Amino acid sequence: MDQGTERVKRGLAEMLKGGVIMDVTNAEQAKIAEEAGAVAVMALERVPADIRRDGGVARMADPTRVEEIIATVSVPVMAKARIGHFVEAQVLESLGVDYIDESEVLTPADEAYHIDKWRFKVPFVCGARNLGEALRRIGEGAAMIRTKGEPGTGNIVEAVRHMRTMNDGIRRLQILDQEQLMSEARDLGAPFDLVREIAETGQLPVVNFAAGGIATPSDAALMMQLGCDGVFVGSGVFKSGDPEQRARAIVEAVTYFEDPQMIAKVSRGLGEAMVGIEIDKLADDERMQERGW
Amino acid sequence: MTSVTVGVLALQGDFREHAAALERLGAAVRLVRTPDDLAEVDALVIPGGESTAIGKLADWHGLVGPLRERIDAGLPALGTCAGMIFLASSTVEGTGQVQLGVLDVMVRRNAFGRQVDSFEAEIPVVGLEDPVHGVFIRAPWIEKVGAGVEILAELEGRPVMVRQDSIIATSFHPELTADGRLHTLLLDMIREG
Repeated sequence: MDQGTERVKRGLAEMLKGGVIMDVTNAEQAKIAEEAGAVAVMALERVPADIRRDGGVARMADPTRVEEIIATVSVPVMAKARIGHFVEAQVLESLGVDYIDESEVLTPADEAYHIDKWRFKVPFVCGARNLGEALRRIGEGAAMIRTKGEPGTGNIVEAVRHMRTMNDGIRRLQILDQEQLMSEARDLGAPFDLVREIAETGQLPVVNFAAGGIATPSDAALMMQLGCDGVFVGSGVFKSGDPEQRARAIVEAVTYFEDPQMIAKVSRGLGEAMVGIEIDKLADDERMQERGW
Repeated sequence: MTSVTVGVLALQGDFREHAAALERLGAAVRLVRTPDDLAEVDALVIPGGESTAIGKLADWHGLVGPLRERIDAGLPALGTCAGMIFLASSTVEGTGQVQLGVLDVMVRRNAFGRQVDSFEAEIPVVGLEDPVHGVFIRAPWIEKVGAGVEILAELEGRPVMVRQDSIIATSFHPELTADGRLHTLLLDMIREG
């Protein structure tokens, strides 16, 4: 019996496809998310919009909170660790979380290195803005990728940019000749074996979700039509006027992402969406997506 | 074989992997998201995924009744992991999750543990010469079986694959391997009528 294999790590992400993973800060929110049809919940101390507002160092959630969430829901529980903070990851693994998000939403612990994710039995998801970044994370052992987007803004523009950039990168590999792939790997800063694999298959070897700025059912369906496998919603649910209804509507929009009438139906009467932020209004040091490399 | 259309319930989960496995065997695939889709199929796969989310979406979108009727009327069905839970009549947890109740078994969700306990193992299956490579992800097992249910595979004394008439259910994920034998069993059931 083999545990912690690449197949079971990547396999759990396969099971989450076509679903919505929601940020929660306590057991009560986790229950609301599960009732709304979330396929998993992401435990963290503060949602990105609050981290943005309050500032300070953002860290892994309190273990008691994580355990309460695990005890409350039957869906998988993910939790965020700081970039490079392998001890937070060890702690989260010991608590029994099902996936660790090595996340730029938290304050990085290491400005040069990400966690060596091969050393863990628990799988990791990591953010990426482009193909090179995604392949570096997969090379380090990530079993799932998500766009970074710009968390806590309620603005979808960066997630769209990152998804399109990744798609472009994959398409480009498919038209290059064999002898061009090594130079391309150098330019991408990506492991050559993965570059060669994607040139052949035309897809990432792991599941790729959208994250960072999803606030409405249409946002979620947009990311699905752009080719994502599912979506993360951070501040978009619990910073809105009616979290229960909005959460369910986003879940339905992800299942029926190709059906505009259904998206219209679930989008009615949801109340206030979270207040959005224009990306241009963010100072450079407020852009979470620049964290990690 | 003459062209048959196999439906794959596509509310959530790894339905694309099932679709690909069936297409490799020459079947036409229809993704099922509405009662109209369901009316068009000769067999149905319920994929892996999150059983709570699949159950809620089926309930919200009027699929529970039609699914029950067609499967009760003999539509061949294969459910893997979450699909097995959704087909079953009850769970040990009994948390009121939506289930079809067409397969007379009680399941224990996440019975083999959380994700860090997920595993791969060789599983001997009744009627198959070589074992199946079982991928178990936060997998359920079957706690109790009803009178008409045949146990096709066990692990640690727990049923992990069963058959009741034209319904087959597994705790593990054949769709995550290249082995098409369990999907072939489903296609065989269509031919046997």
